[in-house]
Amino acid sequence: MVKLSVRDLRITYGEGPSEKVALSGVNLDIHEHEIFGIIGPANSGKTSFLRAINRMDEFTLGMDVRGSVKLDGTEVRDWANVYALRRRIGVVFPLPVGLPMSVYDNVALSPRLRGVRKRSVLDEKVEQCLTRAALWDEVKDRLGTLGSLLSGGQQQRLTIARALSQEPDLLLLDEFSIAVDPVTTMRIEDVLVDLKQDMTIVLVTNLVQQARRLADRTAFFLMGECVEIAETEELFTGEVKDPRTRDYVDGRFG
Amino acid sequence: MFGPTARTVQDQLVERRVRVGLGLVTAVLVLPVVLILGVLVVKGGPMISMEFLFSDPTNGMTEGGIFPALIGTVWLVGFALLFSVPVGIAAALYLSEYAPDNWVTRAINLAIINLAGVPSIVHALFGLGAFVLFAGFGTSILAASLTLAVMTLPVVIVATRESLQAVPMEFREACWSMGATRWQTIWRIVLPNSITGILTGVILEVSRTAGETAPIMFTGAAFFLPFLPESVWDQTMAMSLHLFVVSTQVPDVPEALPYGVALVMILMVLTMNALSIGFRMWLRGRRKW
Repeated sequence: MVKLSVRDLRITYGEGPSEKVALSGVNLDIHEHEIFGIIGPANSGKTSFLRAINRMDEFTLGMDVRGSVKLDGTEVRDWANVYALRRRIGVVFPLPVGLPMSVYDNVALSPRLRGVRKRSVLDEKVEQCLTRAALWDEVKDRLGTLGSLLSGGQQQRLTIARALSQEPDLLLLDEFSIAVDPVTTMRIEDVLVDLKQDMTIVLVTNLVQQARRLADRTAFFLMGECVEIAETEELFTGEVKDPRTRDYVDGRFG
Repeated sequence: MFGPTARTVQDQLVERRVRVGLGLVTAVLVLPVVLILGVLVVKGGPMISMEFLFSDPTNGMTEGGIFPALIGTVWLVGFALLFSVPVGIAAALYLSEYAPDNWVTRAINLAIINLAGVPSIVHALFGLGAFVLFAGFGTSILAASLTLAVMTLPVVIVATRESLQAVPMEFREACWSMGATRWQTIWRIVLPNSITGILTGVILEVSRTAGETAPIMFTGAAFFLPFLPESVWDQTMAMSLHLFVVSTQVPDVPEALPYGVALVMILMVLTMNALSIGFRMWLRGRRKW
């Protein structure tokens, strides 16, 4: 089953002579229950791609998205209620954003936004999400501390727990390991593999090997162009259509 | 090898001079504050008594107390806040969180800054025209408070907008990306993290409102009215106008009386500031920031 279908996607910033094309001519399908990796150097349009999926372009002045992005066959532009769309999609940003509220409140935020008030339901949800994000054991005795006081790695897992509390069927990760130590990165990677049972994951990463470890299929973005999409192993070891892909995954540029 | 060179010696000298220079300027700034408070306490201190605070002026305002003026100022400031704080915060929320970044918004922002620069006597005439005459409120607490509110709105708006914008954008984006509406984000993230700054704006406003004389002179404050107001339709005495009156308009006032009035005014503002600082600390403690 195709979860996310993207056709002729073109993303630009600014208008007129100062217009800058971030991404163009992207066509790809992301399947249900797969981890779809996106690799590529900085400024290749990876983050813009993610922002187009849950319509976060609406927060960025001058960002313009053309083409088609369909989630479960429905154009995301056509969702009358953008909040319902976003509640289905979890997002993890590059730098961990521990909201300035307690660890508990961070994870309970999404259920509360949906109107859940009952303490027992929230308690259960918080424990479940923190456990799945491999953070429960470290914070279970201090759920009242401020989320933004946790260490960077803990905050990133808190962010993941918060995304999970949305019960998303699509999880977008944008270079989640950029501010996280290697050990924590490995723990989060294990978590992601488990999560695949329940949701579809789009993993944007600047670590080529991370895509290799996790992704079922991987796309290579370069300077606003989707150069290649292939089974991950194929991309790393087999025949590639474009020599630039081979050069990048082998670390000859980037 | 690592000893001082001509260059580092020179740098050190400049550093010292700058430090001393800036410190001296600051000291000069503190001087008037100390002098004002000192003179007021020395000259007006002996006036302060329960009788002074809680009785009416008598004998052509040359004797007795200031109670009607004290209560009048509380009414005026209270009602002015009642109008300007909700309106100011609402406007700041719209400008900061909702308004698109276009020429209309920029024009509104410019208008607010200009409003802050309008002399208070002009506000007084506006209040006279708009509230006293056009709206038909007459010279009343209502008209005077509304005039004060219009005058101090920019203070609240600017302070609120600035503390809203001090909340990092990432917090908002993280919240929006979860499907929170702008209002949910404001309520759960933005306001709890900017409330102390907003309160600071309100404190500034209180101090300014309590001290203004011109805007209330034409709109609701009375020269001599030894009764307490019973509704917003009444006129009232006010501390600021009373100080002006006993200093310049009434013959044979004992020298200490105006100083006593001024001292009470300053104490009122200081007490208000202390209360809100305490409230802010309490809020901060509760949030375990």
